[in-house]
Amino acid sequence: MSKQEFKILGTRPIRPDGLDKVTGKAMFGADKSATGMLHARILRSPHAHAEIISIDTSKAKALPGVKAVITGADFDDVENRWTRYTMQNCMAQGRALYDGHAIAAVAATSKKIAGAALKLIEVEYKILPHVTDVDEAMQPGAPLLHEGVKARKLGDDVSGNTVGYYSFGHGDVDAGFAKADEVIERRFKTAATHQGYIEPQACLADLGADGRGALWCTTQGHYMVRETCAEILGIDASQLRVTASEIGGGFGGKTTVFIEPVALKLSQKSGRPVKLVMSREEVFRATGPTMSASMDVKIGMGKDGKITAGHARLRYQGGAFPYNMVMMGAMSAFACYDLENVQSEGWDVMTNRPKMISYRAPGAPMAVYGVESVIDELCQKLGLDPIEVRLLNAAKEGTKSSYGPRFKAIGLVEALKAAKAHPHYSAPLPANTGRGVACGFWFNFGGQVSVSMAINTDGTVNLIEGNPDIGGSRASISMMAAEALGIPFERIRTIVGDTASVGFSDVTDGSRVTFAVGIATINAAKAAIRELCKRAAMIWEIDEDAVEWVDGTARPTGHNAGDFPPMSLAEIAATSGKTGGPIAGHHEGAPDKAGVSFGVHLVDLEVDPETGFTSIKRYTAFQDVGKAIHPAYVEGQIQGGAVQGIGWALNEEYIYGADGRLQNPGFLDYRIPVASDLPMIDAVIIEVPNPGHPYGVRGCGETAIVPPLAAVANGVAQAVGVRLFELPMSPPKILKAL
Amino acid sequence: MRYVVAKDSREVVDLLMEDKANLLLAGGTDVLVRMRLDERYPDRIIDIKKIPGVAEITEESGGFRIGAAVSGAQMGEHSQLKALWPGVVEAVELIGSTQVQGRATMAGNLCNGSPAADSVPAMLAAQAVARVEGPEGVSDQPVLALLDAPGQTKLGKAEFITSIFLPARPNLAGDAYLRFIPRTEMDIAVASAGVSLVLDEAGIVIEASVALGAVAPTAVMVSGAAQALIGTRLEAAPLQACAAACAAACSPIDDKRGTIEFRTKVAGVMACRAAITAYQRAGGQP
Repeated sequence: MSKQEFKILGTRPIRPDGLDKVTGKAMFGADKSATGMLHARILRSPHAHAEIISIDTSKAKALPGVKAVITGADFDDVENRWTRYTMQNCMAQGRALYDGHAIAAVAATSKKIAGAALKLIEVEYKILPHVTDVDEAMQPGAPLLHEGVKARKLGDDVSGNTVGYYSFGHGDVDAGFAKADEVIERRFKTAATHQGYIEPQACLADLGADGRGALWCTTQGHYMVRETCAEILGIDASQLRVTASEIGGGFGGKTTVFIEPVALKLSQKSGRPVKLVMSREEVFRATGPTMSASMDVKIGMGKDGKITAGHARLRYQGGAFPYNMVMMGAMSAFACYDLENVQSEGWDVMTNRPKMISYRAPGAPMAVYGVESVIDELCQKLGLDPIEVRLLNAAKEGTKSSYGPRFKAIGLVEALKAAKAHPHYSAPLPANTGRGVACGFWFNFGGQVSVSMAINTDGTVNLIEGNPDIGGSRASISMMAAEALGIPFERIRTIVGDTASVGFSDVTDGSRVTFAVGIATINAAKAAIRELCKRAAMIWEIDEDAVEWVDGTARPTGHNAGDFPPMSLAEIAATSGKTGGPIAGHHEGAPDKAGVSFGVHLVDLEVDPETGFTSIKRYTAFQDVGKAIHPAYVEGQIQGGAVQGIGWALNEEYIYGADGRLQNPGFLDYRIPVASDLPMIDAVIIEVPNPGHPYGVRGCGETAIVPPLAAVANGVAQAVGVRLFELPMSPPKILKAL
Repeated sequence: MRYVVAKDSREVVDLLMEDKANLLLAGGTDVLVRMRLDERYPDRIIDIKKIPGVAEITEESGGFRIGAAVSGAQMGEHSQLKALWPGVVEAVELIGSTQVQGRATMAGNLCNGSPAADSVPAMLAAQAVARVEGPEGVSDQPVLALLDAPGQTKLGKAEFITSIFLPARPNLAGDAYLRFIPRTEMDIAVASAGVSLVLDEAGIVIEASVALGAVAPTAVMVSGAAQALIGTRLEAAPLQACAAACAAACSPIDDKRGTIEFRTKVAGVMACRAAITAYQRAGGQP
């Protein structure tokens, strides 16, 4: 695909949501209130696993100010088992499956009364044995989370908690290992980590006895919220109008519901609007973190650095319900490399922990951490340059990927070459300092999308899309619309419509929005342009197909060329009332040619040999994004991913006690990096266009969290001369290893 | 819940004598958080900030009296106080964020009773003295004598601190405070050390005190570590002996913030590093 020239793409206009956010005007999940509104609170299980013998809510109901109390018994069963798991995660039925699992909820005239009512609810539990570690949960005889959900192809050597098994690869790994000059096999463990979004889950629900409702909530996908809630509540999707608030971070964590069905049920029962806002402690105990993992990775390498075979066995723990995310890890593990012999297997396992949910490139960072660590160790052992070895093995156009498909044009080689040539890679290293290198991969997705575009009579454009803006999509969508229409960015306003104002759109996830909504926007613009040309033809009294659209104007073409001066979008729109009415364009579709994206990260870090404290000194991230529509947002995405990965590598973890209770449900002891912990992350954008998008967009949000775990681990190994095989590499663990 | 702004110390003592769930408010950086977390339900909040003198730093006998409502930011901006007790000031300034610094107080940090309180080891090393008001009147008590157990102090019923006194000191003196946290700020000490030294003209340590935080139920004075430093210029051997004495004085817990092994080792590292800084501040060249 040849390089295109753009007028607007690649510039850095001021973000359209900026002023409202910095002045506090922007409305987030907890910012909306309604007349007569009640406040809800949720009673949560203090036990990791317990049978709920009885729940007595009579005293709570009798408390003045309490308007509704619900338990799991208030929810009817649903047909779809995945929806049932979501429902039972929102409100336990029969058993409490993890510390923090919702048991009952109260709506009252104040938050304080609701809190007092929770203390009046009497729950009788029968405590059951629990399990929170993935390897223990896989053992036959481990406490069982659910009956009858074990993956079919598995034998008696694993417990019924093992709900998924996947295998990818090709070639003959044993033959490949036999050919290797060096084979290293290591076992790794990584902790469960939280997305760390600052805004807790919050909603305002209003559901009448007539089955009509409105829901305001912070989410990455309001259509998903609508359909899940409508199914759980037994109402028609058309009758529940869901509006996505501004979002204070999601990173995958807001791609499901935790509280919305509860608030709707309380509203239905009380006949009043109900506001429900999670506390930070509830966010940690009862929303979804990502999986923890236990992994075995074996790689064989020739003296020249050529990888002869790779085998990964990934065991992921995803909490108290069936899920299927290890597949992503198994697919990603070796995706960076062009391998003759490769196999990756994955097991999804349930434990007594909160149900997992996506977290930026879900499943990939831990798998790639294992693979990139072993490659680094092989490079050390064979005395090879880590970037040279990766270049030698890098996947490129035409490579049969480790998970099946052949890659189209991709940019890993370009990213590796950029890293090798960057001054960072050749800068001298002081004592106690190490330099880590690692690659990473993410698929990026397409999915269903709807866009509606209206041309206003003053020559401006309104655009409605159905995907919550979690990373700057309103800016990038307006930019792509401006590029397609040939008008200035400032003339366009893009909003995220509610579920009643634009067609269905999949959740904002998989780094899909700039790609998929972008395609829909370009197609909507094409539809509007066709109509604009038609109107111009009508005014000029020439044939419709004798008009072309150039630089934001209609021009006569063919034998009419030059007969009339060009008409701008504004001129045509101004008279639209007389030429057939409003001009608009829309597009609905499911684009599926998303382009995979690769990243290469370099980190310099220093380890204090007396305390085990790791300090990140320099960090450079290279990433192929296809086309950076708004480079400042793209750099922000790359920086954000790198920072989350650094936190995962160094300090972040869910800590469970022997009692199965979460010990660190707050940002004090769940340590995400603070600003002073980090240098400026230098983001280097590589642009190898995706042939599946008119402007070459791949998507950029997720890849950047994949390399840092191994990059930091490889840096620590070099700095202290000892390799750790467990994340996080918190100071006590590093000091112990020294 | 009632909110009472006390006019003077007497009123505070009288209110505290009443049988109510009272909470004293100076900076409020612990009180408000606890209330929001539903951990405390006071019947009455007694605001002590308006008591005359309680929000001021005053010079006294060559030292400084720090009112119980003086914020960390106020201490950090007081150049003479910083020159005399830089270690105490740096300890207070490590508490929380810039915003918290505008409210948080050293007396509140002490009264909170946390074994990991940043200012306490620094105050112990400085031999700070708290002025306590209570039903029996006013008394001056060494900070060390007020330490009791996690979450509590030895203050009696209806007693409260109105100020903390940091004494005068000779020319060749310096103090320092260091803590270990897994991040660079916004965190709680996993192990910490306050060290105060006085040198002679030859750069020999003639007086020393070493205190550790977060490694025992309360902050602790480690006289063995201080003894190891006296008579030396902080050469390798005395520093090693200091670290060993610190390790011996540790009785930490294993918890989510650190292991026993880690805290015991790092406490000595912090003490030695703080000692070197204190030594340099005293004019010594190690």
